[in-house]
Amino acid sequence: MAQMVREAVLGLFREPEAVARALDGLRAAGFAGHELKVLSGAPYPEGAFGEEPERHRLYVFPFIGAACGFSVGLLLTVGTQLSYPLATGGKPILSIPPMINVMYEGTMLGAILFTVLGILFESRLPDLRDWRSEPYDPRISEGYLGVVVTRAEGRVAAVDRTLRDAGAVDVVLPTRGHEDTETRR
Amino acid sequence: MQERYDLPPARVNDDLLRFALKTPLWFWFAAAALGLVVGAGVIAFSLMVIYGLQLLGYTNTVYWSVLITNFVFWVGISHAGVMISAILRLSQAEWRRPVTRAAEVLTIFALATAAIFPLIHSGRPWRTIYWVFPYDFARGIWPDVRSALIWDPSAIFTYLTSSSLFVYVALVPDLAVARDRSTGWRRRFYGLLALGFHGSVRQWKLQAIAGILLSALILPTFVSVHSIVSWDFAMALVPGWHSTIFAPYFVIGAVHSGVSAVATLMAILRRIFHLENYITHDHFDALGRLLLVVSTTWLFFFLTDFYFGVFSREPMELAVWELRLFTPPYNVLFPIFLLTAYLIPVPFWLFRRCRRNVAIMFWTSLLVNVGMWLERYILIVPPLSFKQPFTFEWVPAYTPQPVEYVLTLFGFGLVASGILLFSKLFPIIPLFDIKEGQVLKREVQVGRVRVPAVIRE
Repeated sequence: MAQMVREAVLGLFREPEAVARALDGLRAAGFAGHELKVLSGAPYPEGAFGEEPERHRLYVFPFIGAACGFSVGLLLTVGTQLSYPLATGGKPILSIPPMINVMYEGTMLGAILFTVLGILFESRLPDLRDWRSEPYDPRISEGYLGVVVTRAEGRVAAVDRTLRDAGAVDVVLPTRGHEDTETRR
Repeated sequence: MQERYDLPPARVNDDLLRFALKTPLWFWFAAAALGLVVGAGVIAFSLMVIYGLQLLGYTNTVYWSVLITNFVFWVGISHAGVMISAILRLSQAEWRRPVTRAAEVLTIFALATAAIFPLIHSGRPWRTIYWVFPYDFARGIWPDVRSALIWDPSAIFTYLTSSSLFVYVALVPDLAVARDRSTGWRRRFYGLLALGFHGSVRQWKLQAIAGILLSALILPTFVSVHSIVSWDFAMALVPGWHSTIFAPYFVIGAVHSGVSAVATLMAILRRIFHLENYITHDHFDALGRLLLVVSTTWLFFFLTDFYFGVFSREPMELAVWELRLFTPPYNVLFPIFLLTAYLIPVPFWLFRRCRRNVAIMFWTSLLVNVGMWLERYILIVPPLSFKQPFTFEWVPAYTPQPVEYVLTLFGFGLVASGILLFSKLFPIIPLFDIKEGQVLKREVQVGRVRVPAVIRE
């Protein structure tokens, strides 16, 4: 077992076109899509930077949540009526129309709760990593665009050159942070 | 002509985070004034607990009155927030950008305030646990799900939770900006709430989908909540309440008062935070047009409720309408309600010049909510006030007592305090939404004019 220091580089850009050029250059230099990350202070149209499309399964979450919420609603309404039966005028103990209201709210609540959990899960939040291991610059909040090369170890100079050639206004070179434990064969 | 301003991201951050990161002197005066109002409400409520419900103006039959009026009023106000936000997000309306968060925040605080009123009204709020929650494992006593008073808390809890999460999810990117711009405890506070958001392409994509998906889920919830609130009345066998039209009538009434409240709030925010470049005359124009449609639809439902009541020739239904229209004090309140809720504001909104005038929009939207409060009062109290057959002893007149006035003010104070505190801690206009609007903003030449356009995926 040996430890390998992970090194990441951040390039800061002003224009989306320059970011797209930088991504093209980095891919040409042999970096895989998952090693490149674009950061911005505002949402840009999908594909604006020529990045790979992001896949997610967010749409599954509301359905699971709705099923759970419906089940809880059903359990609550059936359970309370059977546990405390109020016989009224010979009518059935389980009164379905009012149950629908509570079950509906349960279904919607479940769907919304699971959607929010899904959003956090798919956005990889909360991100509890120490961000010193992956450079970030507050200028991104001020309108700059960032390109992070997450695995630049041994190729920092080449990354720096590629980013600057594409039009980076600044390049934040590696800061040592997390030490990924890897098995070196 | 559409108003568009060039707003670089750094300036958007400066403008919209200024109040969150620096505290002006007026904030302390406003907080103190609102604190006094809320404090007076707490004292009034404490007196109610000590001396009982005798401090309210309840009579033999009028036991749902000002406090329940406040409940329905604030539930109504809470509806427009998310409704506006969700519909505008789903339809990708460009003018939504500065409006959504303020509307959503109004929803949260109005709904939380609404939820307090039935608890106060009960006189013994701590006992409501017996009424709402499945609790008694030992004695086997459970809430009756057949009661509308059980549906109500379940709906309000769902809506409040959903609205709060809706606001929080959309707030995360802005919390990251606040984190990057602050130091000390503020940095730790915003950093914790931002959850490590750093604006990756994936996070933005999920943020966009979240807005649409949550909007789609919240809209049906919003409709269900006020329908269920209306069933608190419609499911009762009280003449004047027992009506099948109540659910849509309440929903559209809620939208009418809520959209008006959003217009009022936008005018106040624009003034006190100097947001002229963000909340423009175009936004008031759009809100005014929306209000025209909503208010007229509401009028249709109001008149339908009236027709049903009168043309059914049910004696007790007619007695309720007679009371509303011809008996003091309702015969005075009724015209005031109709004038303020519709007849005065709507003619103003017909004219573009008036819709683009912030002062006119502020006062007319404020009037609507005076009218809509009275509407709920007139809807709730007279049906309980008229003399039923075979009742021997009668105390007909219900008069609100000082405690009820103070508690009504308390509601307004609570909502205003909540919004003020929220704006002190967080940006009340979504930074990322404004920045996205700037990124997508373009101009196109059509014939001889250049018109603003927006790129849309």
